[in-house]
Amino acid sequence: MAHSEHADHAEHDHHGPAHGFIQRWVMATNHKDIGTMYLVFAGLMFLIGGAMALVIRAELWTPGLQFVDPQFFNSMTTMHALVMIFGGMMPAWTGLANWMIPMQVGAPDMALPRLNNFSFWILPFAFLMLLATLFVPGGAPAGGWTIYPPLVVQGGANFPMSMFAIHMMGISSILGAINVIVTIMNMRAPGMTLLRMPMFTWTWLITAYLLILVMPVLAGAVTMVITDHYFGTTFFSAAGGGDPVLYQHIFWFFGHPEVYILILPAFGVVSEIIPTFSRKPLFGYESMVYASASIGFLSFIVWAHHMFTVGMPLAGQMFFMLTTMMIAVPTGVKVFNWSTTMWKGSLTFEPPMLFAIAFLFLFTIGGFSGLMLAITPADFQYHDSYFVVAHFHYVLVPGALFAIIAAVYYWLPKWSGHMYNQTLAKWHFWLSAVFVNVLFFPQHFLGLAGMPRRIPDYATQFADWNAVSSIGAFGFGFAQLLFVWLIISCVRGGEKASDHVWEDTHGLEWELSSPAPYHSWTTPPSDAVILRGTTGH
Amino acid sequence: MKPIHRMAVNLGLVAVGAFGFGFALVPLYNVLCAVTGYGDARALRQISTAQPTQEDETRLVTVEFLAQLPTVGHWEFRPVVRSMQVVPGRLYSAEFIAHNLMDRGATGQAIPNIAPSKVTAFFHKTECFCFTPQHFEAGEQRQMPVRFFVDPALPKYVDRITLSYTFYDTQVTS
Ligand SMILES: [Cu+2]
Repeated sequence: MAHSEHADHAEHDHHGPAHGFIQRWVMATNHKDIGTMYLVFAGLMFLIGGAMALVIRAELWTPGLQFVDPQFFNSMTTMHALVMIFGGMMPAWTGLANWMIPMQVGAPDMALPRLNNFSFWILPFAFLMLLATLFVPGGAPAGGWTIYPPLVVQGGANFPMSMFAIHMMGISSILGAINVIVTIMNMRAPGMTLLRMPMFTWTWLITAYLLILVMPVLAGAVTMVITDHYFGTTFFSAAGGGDPVLYQHIFWFFGHPEVYILILPAFGVVSEIIPTFSRKPLFGYESMVYASASIGFLSFIVWAHHMFTVGMPLAGQMFFMLTTMMIAVPTGVKVFNWSTTMWKGSLTFEPPMLFAIAFLFLFTIGGFSGLMLAITPADFQYHDSYFVVAHFHYVLVPGALFAIIAAVYYWLPKWSGHMYNQTLAKWHFWLSAVFVNVLFFPQHFLGLAGMPRRIPDYATQFADWNAVSSIGAFGFGFAQLLFVWLIISCVRGGEKASDHVWEDTHGLEWELSSPAPYHSWTTPPSDAVILRGTTGH
Repeated sequence: MKPIHRMAVNLGLVAVGAFGFGFALVPLYNVLCAVTGYGDARALRQISTAQPTQEDETRLVTVEFLAQLPTVGHWEFRPVVRSMQVVPGRLYSAEFIAHNLMDRGATGQAIPNIAPSKVTAFFHKTECFCFTPQHFEAGEQRQMPVRFFVDPALPKYVDRITLSYTFYDTQVTS
């Protein structure tokens, strides 16, 4: 068999992992080592950001101020978002890209291994700096993760630190994205044509282009805020002829594509898991590719739906409302394709499939509330309320995060060579799926009833649903410790996983041995192997 | 150069271009504002740097002062007078008293709020203790001024404006 031959070859390879911590990890150039570091880093950030979320939910458990003062509460909402988005989600996706893309396209490694090392190692320093703001006079940034001026310009000692940290995160993800594009465009095995690529690779390719186009725009906005603060420019200061609303336009020109940066790879993961456990090829592979590309394109022309209330011409409101709603079309195509893939399939419900199905249902709920928010006149009521909080947490937690968990459960046996305890993983699933709804669903009601976001205290009429939501938060948070334990014990040992791991896997990564050899495809896979992999679609 | 490196450099240039595009949005936004009349820089500047000019002695507006403390730190905070009758267009000064009741230095930050919110654009603070954090030594008490005027263009049906401050302990110890 082609894949076991390859595995033997890798064993005899002189380029196994280097010995010594510094050689192997600090100077890492191997895509799997770097991918692992990204994933471990992201996991750590998820725990830190999650702890911050629990501080928020503890304070909101009952009305009144119990545990923290308002300033620190605002720091928590701000830092929770920054840590989760830039420290958790984005590095987790980059880690998965590092691990899977070379294996999926038949390449030995990423195209630019040293650049890869650099883009990872920027991150720990960026987050050390960001988290250090918790200990400076005046505390961590508290003006919201969107760093709106003029409020952000009034920040104290945390201001230069958080701005510098955001710049570093931006550079890290731009370099990571360049690496992904160059790898996909140049390192594919002969015979791995673009329209044979697995969906995860496809959606990451589109994500990488989004990153290169919008992360620098965020860097521009941050630079302008910095020069406003230190060098007397007045980009966003009305007194000097600038306009704070301009900042919002620039920020959300980055901010909306950013949400697709977080969710497109999730679409890719789900598009691989659902066919595997439905034992059917993905329905409408090409339409999936085109839907992802059109979502990527549309994401550039909808940004002002985040700021309907700042005042804009009617034509502008109409434009941004209609383009936003248009995104529902390609997204609907995707949901339709996933459902149709499952239709009359021989479904089994292993942990990755459970998370993928939950993604399908719950992400769609987040999509629907997004459509409600897109309706300009309705948005005037929902704006800055807990309804918005419920909306974006539905797309990010049971959306993007569930997809990350599904991806880990799907590929972990391939990475470690061991099968994890599936019974416990199913417990992890049911606890997560139940508590995530207890946590976020009531927030829809709170928002519609008028509870604003980013407040440490609230009117007593909101007490009951806040208590329910907080119970959900602690349940969900502690359930994730099970996930941490499952991963650690799976890496350490356990039942040996077969090369194909699951019953009906398609794709080049499954043609490699488990655990995957240190260098993936030192000789490119043959056409026959590639074709066997792509019969999945 | 190897094709891989050429492509990486080209993508890097795209990123640099995108950085430039962020700055290009500034003049683009100004053009858009000129066309639509929204975000008119001159009007914004006028509002944010307003100085009293014409007085309108035909009417009096009541300005009420409120002071609030969240349950953080240990302070006393109140206005010196509860309300004033003001002539639109004339500059006035009002004082608030803050007293740090703790046995350590502390810094507070006042956050203003104006009701009804629609008149915010007609209420101009030319100087305010809320513009900067205020440091107090242990046990220190002091009066802090706000200088303001009401815009003569204030709609006729408004005869009462409430200026309320919440004084937050920023938890900055020194
Ligand atoms: Cu958006």
